[in-house]
Amino acid sequence: MSSALVIIAAVTVFALYLGLRAKRGHDMSLEQWTVGGRSFGTAFVFLLMAGEIYTTFTFLGGSGFAYGKGAPVYYILAYGSLAYILSYWMLPPIWRFAKAQRLISQPHFFSRKYDSPALGVLVALVGVAALIPYLVLQLKGLGIIVATTSYGAISSTSAVWIGAAVVTCYVIVSGVRGSAWNSVVKDTLILAVVLFLGIYLPIHYYGGLGDMFRTIDAAKPGFLTFPAKGSSVAWFQSTVLLTALGFFMWPHTFGSIFTAKDERIFRRNAMVLPLYQLILLFVFFVGFAAVLKVPGLKGGDIDLSLFRLSLQTFDPWFVGVIGGAGVLTALVPGSMILNTASTLLANDVYRGLLKRDATDAAVTKLARMLVPVVALVAVAFTLHGGETIVALLLMGYSFVTQLFPAMVCSLAPHNRATKQGAFCGILAGVAVVAVTTLMHLSMGQLFPFLPDVAKDVNIGFVALALNIIVFVIVSAVTQPRSSGQPQAQTHVH
Amino acid sequence: MFLRFLAALPFIGILLGVPFVNRVEPLVLGMPFVLGWIVLWVILISIIMAVIYRLDPTNRQTAVDTDEARS
Repeated sequence: MSSALVIIAAVTVFALYLGLRAKRGHDMSLEQWTVGGRSFGTAFVFLLMAGEIYTTFTFLGGSGFAYGKGAPVYYILAYGSLAYILSYWMLPPIWRFAKAQRLISQPHFFSRKYDSPALGVLVALVGVAALIPYLVLQLKGLGIIVATTSYGAISSTSAVWIGAAVVTCYVIVSGVRGSAWNSVVKDTLILAVVLFLGIYLPIHYYGGLGDMFRTIDAAKPGFLTFPAKGSSVAWFQSTVLLTALGFFMWPHTFGSIFTAKDERIFRRNAMVLPLYQLILLFVFFVGFAAVLKVPGLKGGDIDLSLFRLSLQTFDPWFVGVIGGAGVLTALVPGSMILNTASTLLANDVYRGLLKRDATDAAVTKLARMLVPVVALVAVAFTLHGGETIVALLLMGYSFVTQLFPAMVCSLAPHNRATKQGAFCGILAGVAVVAVTTLMHLSMGQLFPFLPDVAKDVNIGFVALALNIIVFVIVSAVTQPRSSGQPQAQTHVH
Repeated sequence: MFLRFLAALPFIGILLGVPFVNRVEPLVLGMPFVLGWIVLWVILISIIMAVIYRLDPTNRQTAVDTDEARS
């Protein structure tokens, strides 16, 4: 057994131990299991929210994006920071409502705000459709990381099975507490590894950061700025705005809002989280360092750039440390997604649609039974999904962004929007996303008469615009007075 | 209102500013200029949010509430 394998195995076992131990001293009621009994302080909430930043997608994808596409990767740094500004005003009222109503999930929030279990079911289905590909991506990343850093000793398939088994175990036992505890280890390790790699590699290979970028600029002119067409400035602006709106709409991120013990935590975190984002810079630096040192990776292989460069630079034991950090970037977000997807299915689809009078205990039991089911579905997709999963993932972010208009309106003191409006708006937006993604449509193809600048605008805006239009019109015609519906239920508040 | 204006600045700086700074030279702390511009705004966001946190009367209110709840 190589030293790398020993370290990766140790990290995995430790994650399992910590995940299981997180339960100690807590009865796993539904509220404990899903939102940690609303008892988390600044640090845990911070790490759960920052968890979004360090998934395998950023670790592998961030460096791979920089390696393969160059400047467009900068967008990852921008959207999160803008989302944190919004969070200052947006999260406290969400948290207050959730606490007063004892909510445990995002669809739960929508169904209470609009007094419509049907809306809750729709939001839950949209959420699950977005979460499963995200989980698949984590498992895929895990497979790549372990296979590469174990020097092939463990196949990607067995790594996926082991990883899925580990998260399934600790999610069933500890719920969100397992994720919170492991996120402490994950962020510490990944922080150290990424900072080291991002500083060391440019110096080691180029003599310094400035020298590295000058060399790249000379070898590949235009690589370090946004191109005139394609991933242009207009693409950057529209994508940053769209993803900033969608940032907190992911069901597991939304759920992590509920774990906080008071609302000031969000305002305080809004100061620090943007700075924390800057660690991503060092992930970019690794990707850029790889551009000229491990050239020739194409297609999906660009995501391997970080590990290819590490393999050729470091001793096996350090490759093991990087691999261990990588494993955690897959396990922690994976466990949050697994926890959330099971909650959505049990609380919002089962209780919302099939059995309205189910007790909390029954929902908890079902949610825990669903954990291995969701995990198995994700493993099946990971091993046999092929390319379809990439399309699904692209849809995921656009899917959850469709929840934004109805969410924001529901925070207003006098919400004029109706449940029918919210339902139809979300449905229309999701339909547009599905059609445009599956048919690979771009703005240029949909609207060939537009000027070039507008052709690069993220197609997600079409979905969001249609969503808002439908939302407003349907809300207008279903106003309680004019529609003549007798029941007072349509009144919000 | 002033606080909202402060909070709007980074959106303007990042979303509307980038077309004007889309170049490599001069390097900022070794980074291409456009990347340096975005990094600068991320740091400014933290500073702006700290200022907002200080000025926002809500936080004083909540602080008093939690102190009372504790005692």
